[in-house]
Parts: sequence; C-alpha cells; structure tokens
Amino acid sequence: MAVTDMGRGVADAPPKVALLNNPKARSWLFQILLGVAVAYLVYSGWVNMNANLQAAGVASGFGFLGKNAGFSVAQSLIDYDQGTSSYGRVYVVGVLNTLIIAVVGIIFATIMGFLLGIARLSNNWIVSRLATSYVEFARNVPLLLQIFIWYFGVLRLLPQPRESLDFGPLGLLNIRGYFAPKPVWGEGGAFVLYALIIGIAIAFGVSRWAYRRQMATGQRFPSLWVGLGAIVGLPLIVFLGLGAPLTWDMPVLGGFRPSGGMTVIPEFIALLVALSTYTAAFIAEIVRAGILGVSKGQSEAAHALGLRQGQNLRLVVIPQALRIIIPPLTSQYLNLTKNSSLAVAIAYPELTSVFAGTALNQTGQAVEIISITMLTYLTFSLLTSAFMNWYNARVALVER
Amino acid sequence: MSQATPKSGVQIEFVRQQMLPEQAAPAVSRGPIGWVREHLFPSVGQTILTLFCIYVLYLIVPPIANFLIFDAVWSGTDRTACATEAQGGVQPNGWFGACWAYVGAYMNQFIYGRYPDEQQWRVNIVWLMFFGGLIPLLMPSIGFKRENIVFMVLVFPVATLILLTGGNFDVQGTYLPLAILAVLALAAAYGFARGSQSDPMPGLKTTAVVFAGLFVVVTLLGLGFGLERVQTDVWGGLLVTMVIAVTGIAASLPIGIALALGRRSDMPIVRFVCIVFIEFWRGVPLITVLFMSSVMLPLFLPEGVTFDKLLRALIGVALFSSAYMAEVVRGGLQALPKGQYEGAMALGLNWGQMMRMIILPQALKLVIPGIVNTFIGLFKDTTLVLIIGLFDFLGIIRSSTSDATWATPVQSLTGLVFASIIYFIFCFSMSRYSMYMEQRLDTSHRS
Repeated sequence: MAVTDMGRGVADAPPKVALLNNPKARSWLFQILLGVAVAYLVYSGWVNMNANLQAAGVASGFGFLGKNAGFSVAQSLIDYDQGTSSYGRVYVVGVLNTLIIAVVGIIFATIMGFLLGIARLSNNWIVSRLATSYVEFARNVPLLLQIFIWYFGVLRLLPQPRESLDFGPLGLLNIRGYFAPKPVWGEGGAFVLYALIIGIAIAFGVSRWAYRRQMATGQRFPSLWVGLGAIVGLPLIVFLGLGAPLTWDMPVLGGFRPSGGMTVIPEFIALLVALSTYTAAFIAEIVRAGILGVSKGQSEAAHALGLRQGQNLRLVVIPQALRIIIPPLTSQYLNLTKNSSLAVAIAYPELTSVFAGTALNQTGQAVEIISITMLTYLTFSLLTSAFMNWYNARVALVER
Repeated sequence: MSQATPKSGVQIEFVRQQMLPEQAAPAVSRGPIGWVREHLFPSVGQTILTLFCIYVLYLIVPPIANFLIFDAVWSGTDRTACATEAQGGVQPNGWFGACWAYVGAYMNQFIYGRYPDEQQWRVNIVWLMFFGGLIPLLMPSIGFKRENIVFMVLVFPVATLILLTGGNFDVQGTYLPLAILAVLALAAAYGFARGSQSDPMPGLKTTAVVFAGLFVVVTLLGLGFGLERVQTDVWGGLLVTMVIAVTGIAASLPIGIALALGRRSDMPIVRFVCIVFIEFWRGVPLITVLFMSSVMLPLFLPEGVTFDKLLRALIGVALFSSAYMAEVVRGGLQALPKGQYEGAMALGLNWGQMMRMIILPQALKLVIPGIVNTFIGLFKDTTLVLIIGLFDFLGIIRSSTSDATWATPVQSLTGLVFASIIYFIFCFSMSRYSMYMEQRLDTSHRS
C-alpha cells in the first residue's frame, strides 16, 4: 500500500527538473541566444560599415539614383541618353535587358528542351544517341565557358561588316552583330493589333463554349481550328483591308557598320545561344523524367477506352506529365534568369553588368547597389516560387 | 473431290503429329540487319529522321575532328607555328586548326598558376594527398573508411593549408580566446550532464579532446616548417579551382546540415532564421554573392581586419553552396519515414543522439547523389571567380590569350576547347559516379 501511495505522490507533484533541462525553457534559451547572436552580427556590421564608409569618404544613401550616369549603354529598350540619363534609368535599362534575355531565352530553351527530351526517348537509336550526347555535353561544361566559346570562339569567326553574310530579306550577319529588318507600321497599324486582341478573345470564348457544349451534349466542335482562324485570320483581313500598312526598314551594308534596320548586338546573341542551349539540356532531362513518370497503365487504359494515340497523348499522358514537369521547369526558368547575370563577363548590358558593374565602379556605393541588385533578383525568385506554390496547389492530386 | 475435310469423313491426308523444331527468325529481323531495321529504319518517317541525323553528323563531326586532331598543331615554340602565311606564320592560308602547342607551353600555368616553380612540389604533394585520400574513399569495396575519413577531415586540410601557404601564421592572439572557449565548453558540458543526472565524464572527455586537437592545429599553423611563404595572389589554374570547389563543399556540408536541421526545427526563431538564410542565398545569382563578398564584406569588418581576395571568394562560395546543400539534406531528412524518429525517441535517445546515431546516417546516405550533384554544380560555378579577378583554371586560360607570343586567331578558341574538355572530364565522371551510387543505394534500399 505504502509503495503505491508513494508512487501516486510522486506522479501528482510536478517532477523537479533543472530549468536547463526543461525542454521549453531550453528551446527558448537557444532561440534567444541565436536571436542575440544574429542581432549582434547585424549591429556590428552596421556600425563597422558606417565607420568604414566615413573613413573612406564614400557618400551613402540612395541619392545617387537621381544623378547623371554619363556612360553609354550598348543596348536599351527605352530611351537612354549618355549625357542626361540618371543611374535610376540605368537600373531600369538593366532590368529590362535582363528580362528580354530571360524571356527570349526561356522560349528558345523550352522549345529545344522539349524536342531534346522527346528525342532522348525515341526508339530511333541515332536520334536518342545524338540527343543524349548533346545533353551530357551541355550539362557538364560550365555555362560561363559556353558563353565564352560562343562569344570569343564562334562569333569572332564572323566576317567583317564589308563581307557581311547576307540573308536577303532576313538581314545581315557580321562580327558587329545581326542586323535585322525593322518593321515600320504605316497609318492604321494599330487596328491590326486591336484585331489580334479581338481574335484572341473570340478564340478563348469559342473554346470555352465548345467545352461546355461537349460536357453537356457530348457533341464536339473544332474549336482549335476556329480559334486559330480567329487569331490569324482576323488580323490578316484587317491588315489586307487597310492596304498592308507595313514596310520594312532594311539594313544596308556600310563601311564601319550597316545602317538602318534593327541591331542585335553580338553579346546578346552569344548570351542567348549559350543560355538557351545550356538550359535546354536541363529541361530535356526534366521532360524525359516527366514522360517516364506517367505509368504505362495510363496509356493502356486510354487505348482500352478507345482513345486514339493523339487523344491519348493530349488528354491523358501530357496533362499528367506536366504535373511532374512544371515545378522543376519553373525553377529552370528562374535559373536561366539568374544565370543571365553571367553577361557581366562579356559586357552585355543587363542588370549585373551595367548596374552592379559599371554604376558601382563609378559611384563606389557598393552597399546600396549590391543590395538593390540582390533584392531585384530575390523578387524574381520569390514571384516564381509564389507561382509554383499556386500551381502546385491547383494541380495537386486530390486523393481519397 | 478429294478435298480433305474432317466433316465429310474422307481420309485426312496429313496431320502433323510433332511440333516442328523452332526456327531462327528471318535474317532481316535478327543480327545486325534486324537491329538496324528496328532501330534506324522502322518506318518512312523514322528513315527520314535517321538520314537527317546522319547528315547533321556529317556536317558537325568532320570539321570538329579536323580542328581538334587532323589540322591541329602539336608542337612549336611561338605563334608562327599556329598562324597562316598571311598572318605571318607557317601554315597555309585558310588553315584552321587547334594550336595544342600553345596549350602545352602553358600547361604549367594552367595547373599551378604563377605558383613559384621551385615550390611546386608542395602543390604536387597536395594533389597526391587529395586523390590518394579521395579515390579509396569513393570506392565502396575498399575498407578503412573510418581512418580515411579522419585523414581527409583532420589531416588533409591542415597539411594543405600549411603546404600551400607556407604556414607560419600569426597565431599568438588565438591562444587566449581558445582557452577561454575551452573552459566555457567544459563548464557547459559538466552543467548539462549534471542537470540530466548522468555521468559527466564522457562529455568532458570529448570536449577536452576536441580542444586539445584545436590547440595542436593552431600550434602547427604557427610553426614555419622552413617553408617559404606563397601569397594567394600567385595561386592559379586548376589549383585555385580545386581549392575553391573543395573548400566550398567541405564548408557547405556542416553548415548545410545545421541549416537543414534548423529549418525542420520546432523552434520558431531558429526556423525563421534558417529559412531566411537559405531562401536568400538561393534566390540571388552567385555572381552577385561574389560581388558582395569582394566589395561589401570588407565594409562590414572592423577596420584593420582584411581578408585576401581568395578567402573572400571562398566565403561567398561557402555561403552560397551551404544554402543549396541545406535543401539537399532536407530532402534526405524528409524522405525518412516518421517511424525512424518515433523509434529513436521511444528508445529514450535525446535529440542529439537521435540525429547523430539514427537520422543523419540514413538521411546523408540517401542524399549522396544529391551531394555529388551539388559538387558538380559548385565545380562548374567556380569559373565565376574569374569575374572578380581570380585566376582559376578558366581565368588563367583567358588571361593567357593576352600573351603576344602565341597570339593567333585560333588561340582563344583552342584555350576554350581545352578548358571544356577538362571540365567535361571532371564533371562527367562525377555525374557517372553519382548515378552509380544512386543505383547502389537504390538496390540496398529495396532488399
């Protein structure tokens, strides 16, 4: 009896444990220590930075963004003038140049990557071997080296402006870049754009209506062709109806460089080719894994239901493969965007090169400029992961 | 009508009683011919595709082979060997081939940078230790793993640091802080043990051994060994590439494990700090991190404290790769079934014991391929340090093209092609190793 009583007595009173061994107290002790350590690091960094900046006599603050930059930029999507434009404008030019190389690179890389990924799965021995060797080579050579190969190795072999490669209506190619014909819209050109927008709206509406009708009645409607007709046909009719208000400004051979047309600078070409061929190899692997990830039973079941091969791919295999493909694909897109910062090595004027490079060297305001640059990339990456989370939530399998 | 039908009752002329022996498949569907038919020309579309691929190969392979081998120049003393007559050399006009003679002349620089010739034996010893320690470590069939790991983790880094720099560091100032730390750590170990009413001796012993080891290391670093000091700004080539890649991965493993554990911790502040750290470094390009560590980092340090350029790059690379490593390790931690944690807790292990003895050994084994892949990525990313003015393997190849002795139109391309071959050999063999480990781990997992 006494023993049980004693046992109960012990259980009733909370056991006496040293504060250090109370899990809750210990966890808070750790966290407070960590918090203090981080705060101290930040604080001492801040104090040191201010002292160092004062000793070096470097200005601080973001006032420099309004000051005149005074250097030239090789490629700009918005008006930029060496004499009057500010560092703030340099930043915008840099971001836009990053975005243009990223968008164009993503389009090329995706097309190439999907083709390569499918080619690697081909039953045709030589096709799959070629694709595999390409993928292995591109993945195992550093991107910076590939950029150098294209820029210093291949593009330097192009002829001088006088002996430009002439592609006739497609423009000229020489060591100073690609000189493309530039479209010049005449009067009423805007109506073609409006027609295109209306066409897209019609195609969208038709496909929704056709889908709903098929769900309700089972009748099919060739919404793809009707939609394509609306998107292509409507602007075309407007274009021809207005009397084709479009002329091309053709580049003309000159001594130093061709005149007229649009110039695509060689840095852009080298960076674009290197980024898209490099990323395409990674995308190919993702696509291959995605297609292999759809179990064979799905195709067999689709065939058993009487779907044709095309329908099987379109309605059964690809939607499920995309569920596997899209999350890593988005992170490849993000990688491509971040990798575009390697442009600094060949001086393509994107964010890192023109802002964290030239502007930093001129102003010496390292802290502000590097912070702005990093935050910009961080924003891209947070937006991408926000999209990815949204997409994952949307397509996640709803299981029992 | 003598048609043989069983129904009519007429005698059936022939019924086979025995199975015929199996016959070989027709000649067109077996052997090399069958293989070619099945894999290259199964249909009209595939045939067109095959022919197109052969055409592409015909366009690509002969020029590359000519450039690399048949038209290449293998020996020579200066640019005349690799220049056409119009450019003042000996090659016929229109010649286009690799200039391997230039690579040969620069080989020493490509490997050692401007490391003094008479001191290069020190680098060679480091190479020997590195590959001699690493290769047996990577081969599962070779024993002595524990001894090997001790060598690679404890002996190799200290020996490398002393050999490469020449040692003789100023360590006088570190003894006192180290002693204070040692006393504090011993007190903490004793306190924890007493608090949980367990025997304090094992904890005290471990702490004492660790600090004794640190004292030995510090003393060794302070000794000169009569080696000449070699500043890091003359290091270059493969040496720098290897130093950055290996230091990066070695630093990122422990930091990455700590971050991964922190990210999965129940403590909100710890988790928050770890998530912010990981996502920040993963969200920015490495080149901005290198810019930061080379331009901004010196500003954060008290006046008078300076790091050399290589060390600053190393810090940037280590921060960056530890964030990636943390995510790799987290993948391994998440892949472990919950039962492993519950089992460990049911056995009465505390958090540290659970991690050390149950969770991490399994999780790290699972992510060996991921670690190797991170290393491949890091190895490729080391090329970026040339942008902040270090001469890694690619950097020294680029800078060698400014030498007028070998200046020809093919020099730049030759150097880049050579670099890609070397990088490809390293990265490809590592990725094969990672695939091999993946298979090995996979089968051991299923059985």
